Amino acid sequence: MGEISEFSFSVRLFVKTYRWRRIDPVPWTPVTKPLSESRVAVVSSAGFVLPDQEPFDQKMKGGDPSYRLIPGDTDVSTLIDAHRSDSFDHTGMEQDPNLVFPLDRMRELVDSGRIGELASRHPSMMGSITAPGRMIKQTAPQAASNLVEDEVDVALLVPV
Amino acid sequence: MCNQTVGLIAAELERKGIPTVAIQLLRVVAEKVGPPRSLWVPFKHGYPLGEPDNPELQHKVIEAALSVLENPDLEPRAIVDHQL
Repeated sequence: MGEISEFSFSVRLFVKTYRWRRIDPVPWTPVTKPLSESRVAVVSSAGFVLPDQEPFDQKMKGGDPSYRLIPGDTDVSTLIDAHRSDSFDHTGMEQDPNLVFPLDRMRELVDSGRIGELASRHPSMMGSITAPGRMIKQTAPQAASNLVEDEVDVALLVPV
Repeated sequence: MCNQTVGLIAAELERKGIPTVAIQLLRVVAEKVGPPRSLWVPFKHGYPLGEPDNPELQHKVIEAALSVLENPDLEPRAIVDHQL
């Protein structure tokens, strides 16, 4: 279970004292179209990159706010774990990338008709961003604009 | 941190007109950050869809997330708890 207690003492202290960024005001877009007719994007913060993409910067203070776009037809077994955090167990996602970036599952949902189609590009970030200022101002709006360009109807966000 | 990161990205997508559902592993962080729609899952960090090589469980979690999107009764900052 995702409990504070699974972390080390120093991480627990951090979670307790960290100033979490409140989304305020909270935006809300209603769902107006059946999912069976919708184009769906996945956004994962598991830090996956493709072999020809630059890995995330493991040393950047406050966390690397950049993102990579993963094509919808990617074979998930080619994804490389570039996440720097050692505060979670990486073995599951290395064994099966669908655990955190479920492109195979989404394709199955397209095949079954549960969702309309899979988006052509899916943003991948490295989620351990303790200083999210640049992400809030630059990279998150850019990634969102990419999905708007691709006429994405709804997005599923998956943290690790 | 990942929970906050996806919450903040969800907010940006919603601002640009794309409805979102964010899976969340730490309920306390979901409450503090307050993304538009959250599905809290009872799994450990690194395992947001449950288990590796368990497509059935992964589908259950994704289906629960899709149901959050389809639920017309939810209000902003909704947190739905996923029941196993």
